[in-house]
Amino acid sequence: MFAFLHKYASLMHFYRLSARWSGWLALATALLMAYGLYGGLVTAPADYQQGDSFRIIYIHVPSAWMSLFVYMCMAGAGAIALVWKIKLAEIWLRASAPLGASFTFLALVTGSIWGKPMWGTWWVWDARLTSELILLFLYLGIMALDNAIEDRRTGARAAAVLTLIGVVNIPIIHYSVEWWSTLHQGPTVSKLDRPSIHIDMLIPLLVMAFAFTTFYFAAALARVRGGILAYDRNTNWVRDLVGRGTVRGHG
Amino acid sequence: MTPRRKRLLIICLSVAGLAIAAGLILTAFEKNLMYFYSPTEVAEGAAPESRPFRLGGMVVDGSILRQPQGLGVFFTVTDYAHERVVYYEGILPDLFREGQGIVANGQLNDTGVFVANEVLAKHDENYMPPEVADAVAAGKARSGASDGTPAGNL
Repeated sequence: MFAFLHKYASLMHFYRLSARWSGWLALATALLMAYGLYGGLVTAPADYQQGDSFRIIYIHVPSAWMSLFVYMCMAGAGAIALVWKIKLAEIWLRASAPLGASFTFLALVTGSIWGKPMWGTWWVWDARLTSELILLFLYLGIMALDNAIEDRRTGARAAAVLTLIGVVNIPIIHYSVEWWSTLHQGPTVSKLDRPSIHIDMLIPLLVMAFAFTTFYFAAALARVRGGILAYDRNTNWVRDLVGRGTVRGHG
Repeated sequence: MTPRRKRLLIICLSVAGLAIAAGLILTAFEKNLMYFYSPTEVAEGAAPESRPFRLGGMVVDGSILRQPQGLGVFFTVTDYAHERVVYYEGILPDLFREGQGIVANGQLNDTGVFVANEVLAKHDENYMPPEVADAVAAGKARSGASDGTPAGNL
C-alpha cells in the first residue's frame, strides 16, 4: 500500500504519469468555459433588480470560490509536506500560490466593479471584503516567504507553516456574511432551505465553477511538472530526459 | 510515538489553538466588526449618539418624501421592529427603492432624525428573471401576505 503511494509521490513517476493530464484538463476547461460563458452571457435571463449587470456573477463567484478552494488545497499539501515530507506536496503548494492569488485578485476586482453601480461604492471595509483582502495578503506573504529562503526545502516548509496559520481565515471569509451584518449579501447557492437563484441562472454558474476548477488543476499541473524538473535537475532521469548530460539552473 | 505522528499532532494542536485564539479575538471585537446598526439597536441606545455610525434597514413602502427643491430626501428605514427617519442630500444609488435594503452613513440629530452623508444600496441574495419576480409578487398579493414579509434580507 505505502510502496504504491510512494511510487505516485516519487517525482519521476509523477512526471511521467501526468504527461497528458494537463492537456486533457485544458481541453475540458475550454469546453466548459465556452458553454458556461454562452449560458451566462446569452441564454440566462436578466435579473429582476440588477438587469444585465448581474452577469458579472459568472466571473466573480467562481473566482471567489476558487480563492478558497485553492487555499484549502495548499493547506492540505502543506500538512502533507510537513508531516510526511513528501516533495510533491511541497511543489504543489509552491505551484498553487500564484494561482490562488490570481483568483483572489480577480474576485476582489470584479466585486469592486460590481459594487460601484449596485451598492454605490467601489469598496467598503465590511467583514466579507476585508477578510478576502487578508486572503490576498496571505497568498502574497506565502509566495514572498517561499522565495526569501535560499534553501528550497526550508522555504517550502516555512511556506507550509504560514499556509496552515492562514487556514483560520477561510471559515471567517465563508461565514462573515452570517456572523456579522455586512454590506455584502448572504450566501445564494449554498443555502439549502429555498432556491435563491433561478435554475436558468444557476446552471451556467455551476458550469463556470467547474471550468475554473479544471483550469486550476491544468495550470497547477503544468507548474508542478516544471517544478519537478527544477527540483530533480541534478538527477540522472532529468539528465536523460533533457539528453545533454546537464540541466543548467541556479538557486 | 513516531516522529511523523508527533509532527501531525503538533500541526493539529497548533491549528486548533490558532482557531480558538481567532475565535476569542473576533468575539471580543464583535461590535467593531458589525458594518451597521439596525433601527432596533439605535432605539435601544446601542449606537453612538455623538459620532457618526452606519444605519442599515429596509426602506419603508411609501415613506420616500422628496423635497420640492434640491436633492434632499426623507425616507424611513425599518428592521420590522423599529423604524428610523433618514434625511439625505445627494444622488441615491440605482438600486435605491421602496422595500430595498440600504446602509446609510451619518449621525443622529437633536430631533432623532438620522442625517446621512452617504447611502449605499444593499442588494439581496436572490437572483431571478423579472417575470418570476412578478409572479412571486402576484402570488404573495393573492394569498394576502402583505404583513411585512421581507422582500430581501438584511
